[in-house]
Amino acid sequence: MILAQQLILGLLVGGLYGLAAAGLSLTFGVLRVLNVAHGELLMLGGYGTFWLFTLWKIDPFVSLVGVAPAMFLLGLLLYWALFQFVVKAHEETRIKNSLLIGFGLTLVLHALAIRFWTADERAVTTAYAGAVLRLGGLAVPWLRLTSLLFAFAILTALHLFLAKARWGRAIRATAEDWEAAALMGIPVGKAYLLAFALGTALAGIAGGLVSVSYAISPSIGLEWTLKALVVIVLAGLGSLFGSFAGGIILGLAEATSVVFLGGPYREVVGLILFLIVLVVRPQGLFGSRV
Amino acid sequence: MLEIKNLQVAYGPLLALHGVDMIVRPGEMVALVGPNGAGKSTLLKTISGLLRPRAGAIRWQDETIDTAPPQRIVERGIALVPEGRRLFAAMTVRENLELGAFTERAQQKKRAQMERIFALFPRLFERQQQTAGLLSGGEQQMLALSRALMSLPRLLLLDEPSLGLAPKIVESIFAVLIELHRDGMGVLIVEQNVHAVLELVQRAYILEGGRIVGEGEGRYLLDDDHVRAAYLGPLARGTS
Repeated sequence: MILAQQLILGLLVGGLYGLAAAGLSLTFGVLRVLNVAHGELLMLGGYGTFWLFTLWKIDPFVSLVGVAPAMFLLGLLLYWALFQFVVKAHEETRIKNSLLIGFGLTLVLHALAIRFWTADERAVTTAYAGAVLRLGGLAVPWLRLTSLLFAFAILTALHLFLAKARWGRAIRATAEDWEAAALMGIPVGKAYLLAFALGTALAGIAGGLVSVSYAISPSIGLEWTLKALVVIVLAGLGSLFGSFAGGIILGLAEATSVVFLGGPYREVVGLILFLIVLVVRPQGLFGSRV
Repeated sequence: MLEIKNLQVAYGPLLALHGVDMIVRPGEMVALVGPNGAGKSTLLKTISGLLRPRAGAIRWQDETIDTAPPQRIVERGIALVPEGRRLFAAMTVRENLELGAFTERAQQKKRAQMERIFALFPRLFERQQQTAGLLSGGEQQMLALSRALMSLPRLLLLDEPSLGLAPKIVESIFAVLIELHRDGMGVLIVEQNVHAVLELVQRAYILEGGRIVGEGEGRYLLDDDHVRAAYLGPLARGTS
């Protein structure tokens, strides 16, 4: 019973791992840059939702309608100010340069968050925060279930965009072979810009969903970047639903470990999974390329 | 008309093209031959905008295009079928073709052009839902050519279209090129298969070590001593 209850909670948090990873996977897969400030962007999204809720009493799920576009704009700005210079470099040096820029950005955003919101833990506590769906003896928090469904719906929408829309296809083509994409007449820089902004918006949405069920503070960034990285290694690049499934697997694995090993080992389990997958199946469970 | 004057292209400190002069008249079919490493692919990539020249000029229909980005050059009507085909292997045949028509100009005539291409290559029509990476080599080259045609080019650049293909398939691809040429399209083709290509084209340039060392009518070059010795003789057969 305890295991079943933990597994439910693991599933629910896993969806958010998946959403966080999908954004990172998109920027990594398309631009070949690793934005280690992804977790900090998620944190900003969380604070955005927190602000809208505490200042104007806007429901957190409604506030995503404002947070997502705002984060999209922030993504445009960050690409324009920082990452456009990284993608001009040769592909091998892109990762290294993006790590440096990402770490710098991490520090800046972390400091700004402390300045604006102090180092205290914050949470969005709605009137319906305690509502629970009873399934036999098991309790499923409505908020987290709604978040999971939100995460899934957003990934589905993004998947459809990438599969069908003209610019969605342009992003996929650029990810596969940017030179060939350029020869098709695709402005590769614009495809990069769009992918980066979408990745940032995904981080923001994930942050908003995190803020309704879990605490946010200026220092949660690194933890979420790590989770997203573990999920990307677990799932492989190239599939949004792969990321989602990978996130859920990580959530379930953590939940299992809490039952059998105790809470303190939760973080370790993810990293052990990370190592096993790297050794046994380096392209990831659902990945098509290395 | 494509006009290239004193074109120099460098990779870092290494000069790959040492001042190339060349023209392709409207609707003309021209070959560019030469040994490996002569700079043939470099020249095509520079015309397409993938590489920036260090000096010199490229003019196309009275517009200077040597600093234009690739998307503008495609929009203006020059398309490259790159070496190694460079298809979007994870996507379907149809998606590849639709991406070929990405520019505004091509978007408007996408349906009609796709029908033309399916008439040209019925094989692609049958396989339109198949993943491009799973096609045979010949089909992949047909798709690469068709994808470039989707952009409605007036000048088609081809980099080694016959590489690794069976002679029968090469023949059918060359036949399509002749048909396109008859409809008024300009063609600039880089080929290792020198004998076949010199019979195909009206004019050819010989590029060696980044310099144009010869130019003439295709059939005339077939009888040229230097060309015979370097590209058509028994010693050259292994590489050509």
